[in-house]
Formats: sequence, structure tokens, C-alpha cells
Amino acid sequence: MSAVTDALRVAPTGNPVSQSVRDSMVVAKRNLIRMSRIPEMIIYGLIQPIMFVVLFTYVFGGSMQIGGSTSATDYKNFLMAGIFAQTVTFATASSGAGIADDMHKGLIDRFRSLPMARGAVLTGRTLADLVQTALTLVVLAVVALLVGWRVGSNGPTNAAKVLAAFGLLLLLGYAFTWIGALIGMSVRTPEAATSSGLIWLFPVTFISNAFVDTSHMTPWLRHIAEWNPFSATVQACRVLFANPGQSQSGAWPMQHPVWASLIYSALIIVVFRTLAVRKYRSATA
Amino acid sequence: MPGAIYAEGLVKTFGDVRALDGVDLDVPEGTVLGLLGPNGAGKTTTVRCLTTLLQPDSGRAVVAGLDVLKHPNEVRRSIGLSGQFAAVDEYLTGRENLQMVGQLYQMKAKAAKARADELLAQFDLTDAADRTAKTYSGGMRRRLDLAAALVVSPPVMFMDEPTTGLDPRNRQMLWEVIKQLVSGGTTLLLTTQYLEEADHLAHDIAVVDHGRVIARGTSDQLKARTGGERVEVVVHEREHIPTAREVLGGFGKGDVTVEEHTRKLTVSVTGGAKLLAEIIRELDVRGIEMDDIGLRRPTLDDVFLSLTGHVAEEKPEENGATADAPAKDRKQKKEATK
Repeated sequence: MSAVTDALRVAPTGNPVSQSVRDSMVVAKRNLIRMSRIPEMIIYGLIQPIMFVVLFTYVFGGSMQIGGSTSATDYKNFLMAGIFAQTVTFATASSGAGIADDMHKGLIDRFRSLPMARGAVLTGRTLADLVQTALTLVVLAVVALLVGWRVGSNGPTNAAKVLAAFGLLLLLGYAFTWIGALIGMSVRTPEAATSSGLIWLFPVTFISNAFVDTSHMTPWLRHIAEWNPFSATVQACRVLFANPGQSQSGAWPMQHPVWASLIYSALIIVVFRTLAVRKYRSATA
Repeated sequence: MPGAIYAEGLVKTFGDVRALDGVDLDVPEGTVLGLLGPNGAGKTTTVRCLTTLLQPDSGRAVVAGLDVLKHPNEVRRSIGLSGQFAAVDEYLTGRENLQMVGQLYQMKAKAAKARADELLAQFDLTDAADRTAKTYSGGMRRRLDLAAALVVSPPVMFMDEPTTGLDPRNRQMLWEVIKQLVSGGTTLLLTTQYLEEADHLAHDIAVVDHGRVIARGTSDQLKARTGGERVEVVVHEREHIPTAREVLGGFGKGDVTVEEHTRKLTVSVTGGAKLLAEIIRELDVRGIEMDDIGLRRPTLDDVFLSLTGHVAEEKPEENGATADAPAKDRKQKKEATK
């Protein structure tokens, strides 16, 4: 008897794409509420990049050669694209830890027993992380302006280009949260997800053009740095911000950084989303 | 026509361990099956296979008339699952948790909201509705978890050790909720390692051990298999033992066993309470004063022992520590290695 009313209560499966979007939004909302109730997570997420801005600016600034200049101002303007890009990739850890936590607490089991879109739990999480990343970027940009970072320091630029640069940063951050999603689905505890989500990020973000001029690296290392997907976004931001220290290398990603950044991010999303959702489907806590 | 929950030859191996070794089940609509067994017997794996969380290596399962392997998403619309560990988001309020689950069952936001209010009232959580689940007691979390499983009043419910780790008061409370649910016509599969719980809630019991169903039947049938009932008498005076023995011998079948030092006499009987009354009358007539007399039925513990040759082991650390998740890892590892 109750089966009839229930059948009415549950809406028929609509278009799978709109169901997927709707479910992802429900999960994203849930994660955003969660984040707003753990403000210390957001604050800790901000302290580190702000510390990097301050330390790199005042400690390294003046001792670094950027495009033949050792001016502290040039280094400051060079540095910010790198710090922004590094910061967005660190969302990987929060995404991975969140998903591992859901696994650990049995929530993934609950979600998997519900008639919801298969990718929505992970998509919802990555979208919520994207919102958090955007907030972090805003705060970080303000801090960067306060310590003296200026767009257009090395030529002309405009608002559209600056916004485009932030768009590429967000896309890179979003792509990396899918790597985090796969890590979160693969490890057993949130702690493991946090550390395994961060360890490999250090070489990825340091063997790059983020903090130093790659032309001073040994050739093989320079080669890696110039083809590093991360470097493409950093280079693209420097070009769009018109900041100094743009690589003059002939490597394709350095010559076409905006395209390279878009392609790399899209590739990462496609590959890691596929792997993470596959893992979700067959998840056994 | 198979029942609301039907499984045939379910096999699931993890590595070279056979967690399920051919499980067959048939639960008629509107009844409760208690899946009883110790840790690692394969209870949770069975539930995970039936609720689409795990693909069996072989075998067939039909839930609410739908093939679990062929139509998993349709099955998910018809079931509610309440797992071993209250799976609620502790940073959301009770209301937000239920609304989210409702929406993910594809209810409209408004309907999900109304249903959440209904359930909060039903589970006595209205006062705590707008507090985060983090502040809830263990019993409240379980109730919220159960409420989440009931959002669409699914015709088929699965509960994996619903009361493990709860104190007696909360267990009683949850039992009442479950009974109410079943009286409304829901088909329920419930796993438990508490023999008393299966006895209390289930119409039928399937005893599982090492990935197989080793016995099934009603609680009474299983008890009958272990041997019938017996009458135990403790007499007040030691010199009354011979007379009492004579009386019991006349009513019972087989020999009367006597423990001299405790003044306890035991005899197997058939005839239940009526016979007990007659025995009491006769002892009274003969002037024998009794400290205690009773009809003893075998417990499910006895059943388990006689079926498996070992006691249903209950590891205290796993029963006590259910709210903390590491226990789950331990347990599942165990389930896999057994």
C-alpha cells in the first residue's frame, strides 16, 4: 500500500545529464555547508600561501635573477603567478581528504545505495573545492597587491586578460582536485589522503618555472620543468598579467602557454575523473 | 514467485578468501529475516551484495522484484540501507542530513523538506533538528541514520547490525522503531550478532557461518532442533531431593539429573507451561518447599553452539567501539580473511 505512494513521491528518472547536474549541486551544497562549519580549515588553507608570499618576497627577493635582473620588485612580480598556481593545486589535498573521510565514515556507502548519479558525489566535492579555491585566490591576490605585486609591470595588459589568467588558475585547481578525488578513493584514511595528496605536489610545483627562472637549471631538469603541466599555467599567467620572467624557451608549452594550460587541465580532468568515478562505482570501503 | 528479497548461490571472493560461499535466501514480503552469525561470517558482505554496493562473483539476487545485477539503479529506489556505522554527515544538522538524502532519492526540494520534518518528529529528533549531528549522542545518530534510510519509506529495508554498540535503553528504543516499521508492511533483512535481537525481531532466522547459511527457520524451530525444554527445580531442603526426583521422574521423559550441592534437579519435558503447573501442584501436595522452579528453553546461544560447534564469538573491542571508524577497517579485514 505504501509502495504506491512512494512510487509517486520519487520522481521518475529524468534526463541523466540533468539528474547528474542536480545531484552534483546537492552534494556541492552539502560540502559547502560543511566547509562553512569548519572555518579553521579555510583559515589554515590561507595561512600557508600567505606565508609563502611573504617569505619568498622578502627572503628570496633580491637574491634571485629573473631575466637578468636581480631587482626585488621584479622577483615579486615574477613570483605571484607561481604562488597562485601552487596554491590552487593544494586544493588536491583538501579534496582527497574530504573524500577519504566520507569513505571512512560510511557516507560513500550511503550515497552508493541511493538512486543518484554515479559521478555526483565526486563532482559535488570538486565543485565545492573550486568555490573554496576561488575564495582563497581572492584573499591571496589582495595580499599580493599589499606587498606590491602589480599586473602590467612588464608591458600592457587589460582586465579581460587578468580575469582570463584567474580562469586558467581555477581550471588548473579544478583539474587537480580530480587527482585528489582519485587519491581519496584509493587510500584508507583522511590523514593518508592529506599527506599523499601533498608529497608529490612539492616536486611538481618546484621543478617548474614557479619560483625560479628555468634557464638556470641543468638541461634535463629544465626540459622537465618546461613541459610540466603546472609550468604552462604559470607561464600563461605571467603572459596575461604582463609580469616579468616569462620563459623564452622554444618548448611548445612555453611558446603557447594559454593553449597548453587549457589542454593540460582538460586532459587531467578527463583522465582522473574517469579513473576516480570508476573507483567510486566499485568502491569497497 | 520469489519473495521481496531473494538470493541464490551468492559467491564473493576477496583474493583467495571466499567471503560468501553460496548464500541462498528467500524473504517473503512483509516479513523480517534475521541474519545471525559471528563477525566475519559474511553477513555484511551479503547485505552489500543485495544493496548493489558489491558485485557478487556468481549467483543471482532479486530485491523488490528487480534483478540486482541487471537493474541496480531501480533497486536503489526501492531500498533503504542502514549500515553498521551511523552514516550521517556530522557537520550537517539532522534536518540538513535528511533533506540531502531525500533530494538524492530524487525528491523535489520542497517534498524532501516536508519529509525531513515528518521523520524528525517520528524519531523524536525535532528538538535537535537544527543542531549538527556532531553534537548528537550515539543513540540519536543511529536514529538519524535509520531515519535517513526511511526517507522514501522503501518497501525493502536492510539493516546491518542496527544496535551494535548501543546501550540497552537505546537498543530497546530502536527495537520499538523497527517493530513499528515492520507492522507497516516493510520487508526487512537485519543482521545481528546478538542472538536475543534476532529472537526478538525476526520472523525467520538464517544462521550464517563461513559464508554459508547453515540453518534456517523460526526461532522456535531452531531451538527445537537443539533439544526441547526442561524443568529445573531447586528444593529448599536437601532431604527433599529423593521425593522431588520421584515427582519429576513421573512427569518428565528420561533421567532426572541431580546436583546435590545446589539442590537442583533437571528433567526434559514436553508439555510446556501446563505441565509446569502440574509439577508445581504435585510438589506442593507432597509438602516440598521450593526455592526456585522454572521452564527452561534453549537459548539461541545453545543453538549456535550445537550448529557450528563453536560459540558465537563476540569480540568486546568490536562491539564497544562501533562509533569509531577504525573498528570498521578491522572488522572488514576480518570479514575478508575469515
